[in-house]
Amino acid sequence: MERMLRQVGADTLSWLQGLGRATVMWIRAAYRVPKPSDWMLVIRQVYSIGVLSMAIIVLSAFAIGSVIALQFYTQLARFGAEDAVGVGLALVLLRELGPVVTALLFAGRAGSAITAEIGLMKTTEQLSIMEMMGVDPLRRIVAPRLWGGIISMPLLTLMFNTVAIYGGVVVAVHWLGADSGGFWSGMQNAVELWDDLGKGMIKSVVFAVVVTWIAVYQGYDCEPTAEGMGLATTRTVVMSSVLILAFDFFLTLLMYGDFR
Amino acid sequence: MRMRTIEISVGAFVLAGMLAAVFLVVQVSGINVSQSEQTYKLSARFDDVAGLRIRSKVSMAGVTIGRVTDIAVDTEFGEAIVTLEIDGAPGGLTADTGAKILTEGMLGARYIGLIPGADEEMLADGDEIIETQGAIVLENLIGQFLSNMGK
Repeated sequence: MERMLRQVGADTLSWLQGLGRATVMWIRAAYRVPKPSDWMLVIRQVYSIGVLSMAIIVLSAFAIGSVIALQFYTQLARFGAEDAVGVGLALVLLRELGPVVTALLFAGRAGSAITAEIGLMKTTEQLSIMEMMGVDPLRRIVAPRLWGGIISMPLLTLMFNTVAIYGGVVVAVHWLGADSGGFWSGMQNAVELWDDLGKGMIKSVVFAVVVTWIAVYQGYDCEPTAEGMGLATTRTVVMSSVLILAFDFFLTLLMYGDFR
Repeated sequence: MRMRTIEISVGAFVLAGMLAAVFLVVQVSGINVSQSEQTYKLSARFDDVAGLRIRSKVSMAGVTIGRVTDIAVDTEFGEAIVTLEIDGAPGGLTADTGAKILTEGMLGARYIGLIPGADEEMLADGDEIIETQGAIVLENLIGQFLSNMGK
């Protein structure tokens, strides 16, 4: 009994400590970007986090968009409501699937890479060497990755939405023969600039902060062994995925929930 | 990787993101340009607005000419007071214009249909539409039908 209580207490304390360390790291790192000399570092990270993730984002966006259009079309065609494909596709993508799927792919593609990279730097003691040389690793290593991720993810979400809608157009309009006029005008009537696109982008920014924060922290805080690095990388992907879905639910509840 | 290549590809990446944003704003959400144009307000009293919502359409002859901006209730008379926002400058609608609450299709959204009158005078900003017909509530219709059948 006493051992169990003690175990729970120890776990809670170490969890709280981790949260505290992560918060302090985030605040200290996020504080130091606006120096112009650091922008080159951020650009380099936008390249390795954002540009290199484009291929997987574009590919899966096209697949997801065309599959949604196919499913909607076959169901709606039974009621003669093929024109509603555009509306359904755009709303589903802008509100939910765009930000969430982009964030999940981003966590798998870029988040794990960030953790592994920083983890290896820590394991090989590059971080301590930097500190010894008087270079702050938070500023040199952590902050550019945080900002790179926060800049990249909303842009990737925008591309995801665009390509997915294009995929839907290819399937519904060019292949299955839905009326192109009804498709677009239905979409334009139903989609609101702020309510759908804007709120979806807010989600995307929140997910960007969550994923890059977890990825950077897990790398920075990992146990400096080969096994610890592997664990940290796994934890990044698992924790980001779970938190993205949880945050998505609460953000949806806050922004679209019909209570006020 | 040379810095030059990185910078170029990051530039292309950001540009692609911007283009995607423009596409989503213009083509997908089809921003309403008419919103910045002049509008004026009318009010109308209905005995029942069941299912009408703020931002529902106001249309004439099937063309959208405005939207509902406010729905309040007058508890004394048991009536709903609906505020309509009509696009354009006042002077397009006759003073005896009628307003009806209609439904798009069988189960679609409720909207307000305006029926032009023949008066010489025109509705000005803030005027009230007198001739109104509230929403047809399916339950009431079925109830009447059933009670008539029983006779």
